[in-house]
Amino acid sequence: MNAKYNPALFWFAVVTAITTFLLIGLGGLVTSHEAGMSVPDWPTTYGYNMFLFPVDKWVGGIFYEHSHRLLASAVGLLTTILAIWMSLKDSRRWLHWLGIAAFFLVILQGILGGLRVRWSLNWLGVPHGAVAQTFLVLTCAIALFLSRWWQESAAKPQVAVPRGLRSHVLYLTILIFIQLLIAATMRHQHSGLAIWDFPMAHHQVWPSTTSEAIADYNAHRPPGTIGNPITAFQVNLQMVHRLVAYLLFLGVAAAPFIARKRLGGADWLTKFAWFWFGLLSLQIVLGAATVLTNKAADVATGHVMVGALALLTGALWWLVAFRRTKLANPLKT
Amino acid sequence: MKKSLLIAASTLVSLGFNAMAGDLTGTITFKGTAPAEASFEDKMKETDPNCAALYASSSFPTTHFYVVSSSGGLADVVVSIKGLGKSTGVTAAPAVIDQKGCVYLPSVLAVQTGQKVIVKNSDPVVHNVHTVPKVNEMQNLPQPPGSPDLTFVFDKPEPFLKFSCDVHPWMLAWVTVVDGPYFSVSDKDGKFTIKNVPAGKYTVEFAHRKLGTKTVEVEVKDGGATQDITFEAAK
Repeated sequence: MNAKYNPALFWFAVVTAITTFLLIGLGGLVTSHEAGMSVPDWPTTYGYNMFLFPVDKWVGGIFYEHSHRLLASAVGLLTTILAIWMSLKDSRRWLHWLGIAAFFLVILQGILGGLRVRWSLNWLGVPHGAVAQTFLVLTCAIALFLSRWWQESAAKPQVAVPRGLRSHVLYLTILIFIQLLIAATMRHQHSGLAIWDFPMAHHQVWPSTTSEAIADYNAHRPPGTIGNPITAFQVNLQMVHRLVAYLLFLGVAAAPFIARKRLGGADWLTKFAWFWFGLLSLQIVLGAATVLTNKAADVATGHVMVGALALLTGALWWLVAFRRTKLANPLKT
Repeated sequence: MKKSLLIAASTLVSLGFNAMAGDLTGTITFKGTAPAEASFEDKMKETDPNCAALYASSSFPTTHFYVVSSSGGLADVVVSIKGLGKSTGVTAAPAVIDQKGCVYLPSVLAVQTGQKVIVKNSDPVVHNVHTVPKVNEMQNLPQPPGSPDLTFVFDKPEPFLKFSCDVHPWMLAWVTVVDGPYFSVSDKDGKFTIKNVPAGKYTVEFAHRKLGTKTVEVEVKDGGATQDITFEAAK
């Protein structure tokens, strides 16, 4: 049974989703500025209750890390209210469970971030980043399920989306998530850039990773680089990241053309696919800029945020396509 | 009588041992042109104006990768005799690092395994002392102004173990942890002294964080030895 559209609840979910996206940006700034350990205690901040930490002490790395924690608390509160509100006002039981899942996921995310600091475990930044992206998709999906379109779509004729096109988008979205995991692993090496030229890599198509080559790279790092020495693993990881980026670009570039052929140029999903292609194009530019600016913090963080948007776009596209197809062909999807 | 003879004999033996040891001294020089150091001024003003305000009437600190005197003496080279003696760090006087003017002072030092490293905060600003070792245990501790000194102890030898501050990213110190009592760090004139080295032939290591490591075979005789060494600029 479809619930009745509740605009206040929908817009509250949208606010939660947008705040989550901003939180990912702020988290990106923390890592880009290497500020993740600038507040060594948690959940206190230099011994203060984190909500009472004096503003005049929000300096240097503390500014990014402390702001991140405060905004994370806000997202936790918004998620809690959303989960409770949905359970009280929306009749769809499965949506109640999604709200509960979101609640526990944001708690887990907070614990991951806190333990990373308390236990000084840099590697925990990787699952912390992965859960952040997953949580963003979840909050945006909840907003979609609460939207007028979703709730009224059953009463209107829908055009099915061919299975091949849906699968194409689904596999690309999964590959984007894998790419984000690779990127999170790269960013939490805390070694600066492993490769600092583009489109070549150490003046090669695929850089050598012999011990002599690695020693040479370490001896000629860009001025001002602060971080651990680079390793062969990190060089290869960045090359895999670049390779997957090219594959994603080609795959996402094909999506709007396939959609136009199968659904028509005026179809909203075709337009959304063009938007997705635009995002990936921007992401390639930001990736190159991240390398060529020696990981300038704002550029690198922009790269993180556009990556999150790319994941989100693919996920929402697929959900809408699935919904339309299920309504158009209720006996098979 | 017997007791007097025993005391006299012990004294003679210890005097004999002391006569078979000497100081290893030398001067470390730098040949070539050192790269220019970078000022912290812009970074300080952008990151924490409270730090910048500490330099209202003096010049801002810079990196000091290559501290070279007017006569070419190279500072901050860790000199150590490999494999001689066991660590006496537990009973050694603590080494002290101060955070003053939003920099670590000194920025290069050497300690023994088990020796305490005391970190003070003489600044009116918040710091966190974050060690980033390769083999020892990492620690990250808050140190607001006026808070007690922090104490660190490292159990494993490690060259140039990094001390950082994540609030102020330009703040770095490098602590070399050695496993014996025979070591020194060259001063601003490039001079070093390792006291009371027993007579013998040894491998002496000279390590500079940017210029790399050199090893030399040195024979210390009664009365000591002198070993000078030169590091050259990278080409």
